[in-house]
Amino acid sequence: MAEYQKFEHDVLIIGAGGAGLRAAIEASAEGVKVGLVCKSLLGKAHTVMAEGGIAAALATVNSADNWKVHFADTMRGGQYINVWRMAEIHAKEAPTCVRELEAWGAVFDRTKQGDILQRNFGGHRYPRLAHVGDRTGLEMIRTLQDHGIHQGIDVHMECTVISLLKEGDRVVGAFGYDRQRGRFLLFQARAIVLATGGIGRAYKITSNSWEYTGDGQTLAYNAGADLMDMEFVQFHPTGMIWPLSVAGLLVTEGVRGEGGVLRNKEGRRFMFDDIPEIYRHQTADNEEEGWRYCTGDRNARRPPELLTRDHVARCIVREVKEGRGSPHGGVFLDISWIKERIPNAPEHIRRKLPSMYHQFKQLADLDITTTPMEVGPTTHYMMGGVRVDAETQMSTVPGLFAAGECAAGLHGANRLGGNSLSDLLVFGKRAGKFAAAFAKEHGFGAINTDQVESLARWALEPFDRGPASPADGQGPYQIQHELQVKMQELVGIVRTEKEMLLALEEIGNLKKRVRSVAVHGNREYNAGWHTALDLTNLLTVSEAITRAGLERRESRGGHFRDDYPNKDKNFGEFNIVVRRGPGGEMQIVPERIPPMPAELKQIIEEQQQ
Amino acid sequence: MALATFSIWRGEAGQGKYCKYTTEFSEGMVVLDVIHKIQAEQANDMAVRWNCKAGKCGSCSAEINGMPKLMCMTRMNQLDLSKPVTIEPMKAFPSIKDLVTDVSWNFRVKKQIKKFKPRPPDAPDGSWRMSQEDVDRVQEFRKCIECFLCQDVCHVLREHQLHDEFVGPRYFVYIAALEMHPLDTEDRISELAKAKGIGYCNITKCCTKVCPESITITDNAIIPLKERVVDEFYDPLKRLFRMFRR
Repeated sequence: MAEYQKFEHDVLIIGAGGAGLRAAIEASAEGVKVGLVCKSLLGKAHTVMAEGGIAAALATVNSADNWKVHFADTMRGGQYINVWRMAEIHAKEAPTCVRELEAWGAVFDRTKQGDILQRNFGGHRYPRLAHVGDRTGLEMIRTLQDHGIHQGIDVHMECTVISLLKEGDRVVGAFGYDRQRGRFLLFQARAIVLATGGIGRAYKITSNSWEYTGDGQTLAYNAGADLMDMEFVQFHPTGMIWPLSVAGLLVTEGVRGEGGVLRNKEGRRFMFDDIPEIYRHQTADNEEEGWRYCTGDRNARRPPELLTRDHVARCIVREVKEGRGSPHGGVFLDISWIKERIPNAPEHIRRKLPSMYHQFKQLADLDITTTPMEVGPTTHYMMGGVRVDAETQMSTVPGLFAAGECAAGLHGANRLGGNSLSDLLVFGKRAGKFAAAFAKEHGFGAINTDQVESLARWALEPFDRGPASPADGQGPYQIQHELQVKMQELVGIVRTEKEMLLALEEIGNLKKRVRSVAVHGNREYNAGWHTALDLTNLLTVSEAITRAGLERRESRGGHFRDDYPNKDKNFGEFNIVVRRGPGGEMQIVPERIPPMPAELKQIIEEQQQ
Repeated sequence: MALATFSIWRGEAGQGKYCKYTTEFSEGMVVLDVIHKIQAEQANDMAVRWNCKAGKCGSCSAEINGMPKLMCMTRMNQLDLSKPVTIEPMKAFPSIKDLVTDVSWNFRVKKQIKKFKPRPPDAPDGSWRMSQEDVDRVQEFRKCIECFLCQDVCHVLREHQLHDEFVGPRYFVYIAALEMHPLDTEDRISELAKAKGIGYCNITKCCTKVCPESITITDNAIIPLKERVVDEFYDPLKRLFRMFRR
């Protein structure tokens, strides 16, 4: 018999970044008992890394902004395969959610009138990002954390869930372990919210930390829930590329929002060379106009550096491929040039982009107020994830909800910067509310103890096989590294059928090797063991990304196919759903997007003018 | 590629020893990279806490050659590599395993501090107006990434282990952020002297020196709070006033 500690919560929330915390606060406000599982310590989740801001049509800087413009921008950015109802709810509810944060103590930068200041960002028509310098994510998670700890939420820090438990169709609990002691934990719950974030660790170059191994997506998939849009991975155009040890670390889009420009080694602003048709009328065609936009001129169109992330990333790849890259294989991002335009430019840069200044100074010995940065694309965000109901955030499995990055729908084929933080707030809140409602209507289910026993056995098997022999390739870090290299090479920014088929083969081989993964030492805070258990999740999401990518034979948003370089109208009518078949095989099912109501269609048409 | 030798404290619950690992490192690497390399190649089960690797989450706090630092922000070229680099867990907190310590005390302390309580909204839509100038002052404190290095270096906690009587620099910064918040209406000054133990701080500024976010902890947070305590409780006029009010 496996030993485990048992906990009962009306609503169990797995993941304690922005979405998880917001869900926990809301569920708790609905009067149910809430448990919150954090893979790390509370307040350390990846939300702290968000820099630029929270997108919400508060219209404090440009009164022309409203939810309709935000909705249209989000749909355009997502190449119109977003779940339109989610995009609508998001645009309508984001402003209230930002104001709520302020009521809980968040301190945003201000306008001269004392209102919340908003900044420009890629794909957003108006200045729309409420921000705190370039550390908005920290402000947001700390505000939610400091408010949340007074709401009677039970927090389980440094715990990882390895499987959901079901009774019939419905989820009734979760099984996992605590990192510190390696003891097993059984959570019984009436409803569960997944808020586990992304999948960045499936790639070699990523802005994500060790935690982002596709846990929520895999837990849901294994429990029989649908995943959707898994082919859409966002590669953020500007990650650090030098020194090598920090490769992938994010350089905020805020740098470009404040006037930073991209140049190739010839000094050319190459972003002017390729402006997509759907953005042409909104994009400046000369440097002068682009600069005016960054200084707040409402009549100026935005510079091409602020086109959507998928496009900017591909332009950078093109420059490097065609031999016009920087010495370490990227391009130059220059903010120091603004000294030609404004007095006290170095001081201005340090005030507007303090973390970036600090990051480059400390990690690369480079002063961004005098020297251009070298940047290149980095795996940043998963647009796809658990398929959820737009209103309630419930997955296709009763009682199982998902919010934030691990849920699909809002962002479609490409996410706009700033929309993730608002996503966490809007849909975290909804998930918490509806999970609490579900919990009130349903009792605790029965736990299948056989399943628990076999999970416990499975989790401990790597110790039985240990210690790993590196010659046999059994080490967890070895396998993880090989997967990352293959995914980067074969299912990265530019994809082809041939390479993706090769990737499937590699994933198949690695799956076999995971069955013999071996670790040594004891169960206490054993990073090798944790990595070994996370491998299954990484492989599941990698397979989903690859299979969905093979199915979408077109290029759209974050998914670019060299063998199908154009958008295909037909594929624009489908989302690709990934589900587990009866025999455990991964099924890929294109599902038609329901027709958009006339009033939303009209908004999109109006905004195109 | 150059070689470096690390002497890493390894053990559990305070029982352990220093183990030497020699490994190659390349230009630009930070201490955390080297730790990860050792973990992947030589010591799979080594415990180390980390997340963002960008100095933003405050997870990888440790003592490098005796100095409390973030491992992700300490570059190899800042260290003397002619002798082994000592890496130890933070000493002000109980050891769990290897470089990981039990920092849960910090979370409990925070919970006991009265939460933010805003004044009524300034506008009918429920929003407030604040000036950037007022906001700047608290934003310095809100930069805190909760790495607890200031707690680690503070002699009141580190040497005297007064965890029950003294909340430590991190929470003076937290209280200062709340007290100086333009909207806050709560009073936390009355607790500072007794329950929070602010008097134990003798402003040696060790905390300010180790703060990776360069928060001027002593001058901008602790001293102003001490002054408020003095004004509130030791001002003779106010004392007289309180006597009569009783």
